[in-house]
Amino acid sequence: MPDKNAIEVRDVSKLFGTGDAQFAALDNVSVSIRENEFFTLLGPSGCGKTTLLRLIAGFDYPTDGQILLYGQDIAPLPPFKRPVNTVFQSYALFPHMTVGQNIAFGLEMLGKPKAEIEARVAEMLKLVRMEALKDRKTSQISGGQQQRVALARALAPQPKVLLLDEPLSALDYKLRKEMQIELKRLQHETGITFIFVTHDQEEALTMSDRIAVMSAGKILQVGSPWDIYDRPAVRFVADFIGETNFLHADVVSANDGRATVRLSSGKEIPATFPSGSSPQGKVTLVVRPEHARVAAPNGTSAHVGHIENVVYLGTDTHFHVRLDDGTPFIVRQQNSRNGHNGFAKAERVGIEFGQDVAQILKD
Amino acid sequence: MAKRRFDLKALPGFTTIAVICFVALYLPIIILVAYAFNAATSTSEWGGFSLKWFASAWNNDQVIDATIRSFQIAVLAATFATIAATMAALATTRTKAYRGLTFKYAFINQPLMVPEIVTAVALLIFFSRIKVWTGYAGLGYLIGAHTAFCIPFAYLPIRARLESMDLTLERAAADLYATPFKAFRRVTLPLLWPGILAGFMLAFVISLDDVVITNFVKLGGQDTLPTYMLGQIRRGITPEINAISTAFLLLSILIVTLFFFASRKRD
Repeated sequence: MPDKNAIEVRDVSKLFGTGDAQFAALDNVSVSIRENEFFTLLGPSGCGKTTLLRLIAGFDYPTDGQILLYGQDIAPLPPFKRPVNTVFQSYALFPHMTVGQNIAFGLEMLGKPKAEIEARVAEMLKLVRMEALKDRKTSQISGGQQQRVALARALAPQPKVLLLDEPLSALDYKLRKEMQIELKRLQHETGITFIFVTHDQEEALTMSDRIAVMSAGKILQVGSPWDIYDRPAVRFVADFIGETNFLHADVVSANDGRATVRLSSGKEIPATFPSGSSPQGKVTLVVRPEHARVAAPNGTSAHVGHIENVVYLGTDTHFHVRLDDGTPFIVRQQNSRNGHNGFAKAERVGIEFGQDVAQILKD
Repeated sequence: MAKRRFDLKALPGFTTIAVICFVALYLPIIILVAYAFNAATSTSEWGGFSLKWFASAWNNDQVIDATIRSFQIAVLAATFATIAATMAALATTRTKAYRGLTFKYAFINQPLMVPEIVTAVALLIFFSRIKVWTGYAGLGYLIGAHTAFCIPFAYLPIRARLESMDLTLERAAADLYATPFKAFRRVTLPLLWPGILAGFMLAFVISLDDVVITNFVKLGGQDTLPTYMLGQIRRGITPEINAISTAFLLLSILIVTLFFFASRKRD
């Protein structure tokens, strides 16, 4: 079955300011979001992710480009004419209304009959497990509960797409973890397409079907959490998501998505590279810290160096190694119960790579 | 609670200055109120307790007439001023920043800075011309003048309220299919209400209290309570003036208190 696109962003640019102060919050961005997908826009603050969300919601209009909702260009429509609802970072619950009235608001504005509204509100309260608090003022409930009401309010009119603007950032760690699972459940139960904005890479990896990593008004890479984590296309993506080691290497051969590269140690290893690129000459490799091991230096070592620091973290240990060519390299190794992994500061070690751990970056 | 590094109360002379200020503010009023209950005809010699000056004021048709007129003008002027101020506040806070917006703020608040006597003379000349042209001689001139100088007073609390309001709420309403008008009626207006009440209350009190402009603009037989009292004082003071002042004071306090609680309840 071909995937249907819920949202198609086509060549959208958004410029702010005038003259010399003008800058592009979004620079010719195109992306397709599939129906029933949990899609995340991930990036540091100021990367344009919230701007893109606001354009889809209709709080702002693109300078250029189209935004299609199931094929129809919604870019020129005001927010109240778009079948798209938003969960705001600050929740934006109406303080002069009860929980029930908040949830009913969208349905009332759509002119639904009273009986239908009541049934739907009850259903929504049940969905977010807030039945008991229907008649409370929104100021009388906790942050986590407000979050649920905000969700219920946005879901009640059954939008075609639900937009979530960093909705979990105000919650404490434990509640945030709970809500991540809750959001996933709600998305699954309602079957509504979710577009989720966050700067938290861990949140993005846990919840998303697909992630778009953004920086400086551009989308750098779109892919599944595995793609983004294991096959970063550019340095920014590799660096932004998780801890990473960068290594210099020379391409020996490359075809069919597989390459062989020579490390500065002279050792040759296999590497993958992003589709559409043809690596040659000097390149940068990415190796995740958990995909390497430290061992006594021997013929199979990809690199040799000395340990500068050992950080014990309970579940695992981080070895900060300085390679002989001067590059820093971090190895994360899982701990067994009998103490750490037996290497100490200043000791000489070899770095061993598992199969298929290196990815060549485009830049 | 952490100890504050700087405590104003620790400054030398703080208490003394505070006491002097309060005495200067309230002692004359206390004396005025006390002599309202004087049985004698003097406002400086105590002749025993009596309510006769209240009764005399109550039976003075001119006093009642001026009081009713004062309230008529204040209610209408404050209402018009509040409506105008609300619209002005919305226009200056709910539109995108544009060139000349700061100038507009200044323009709306200018009446606060123009000397009242200048406005009074200007209105006198302006209205007398209109009167010649139209022949109209009703309360309209006073209501119009009061509305004009009440607008900035009503505008300030309404604008303050609008500025402190979370814009995302209006955005959320729009997101939930509310047209701009419905969003205003269902979200902005209910949340703005305390500011509107505060603005109305301020405008009302300012109108009730005005002497200078009223004195210039009023036509024959259009005395408000303050201008009537001013006229009486020229003819020598009796405790009746104290009694009227006291009643006026109590009424003002009562109205302000009522509005205060009304706006608190909506908050």
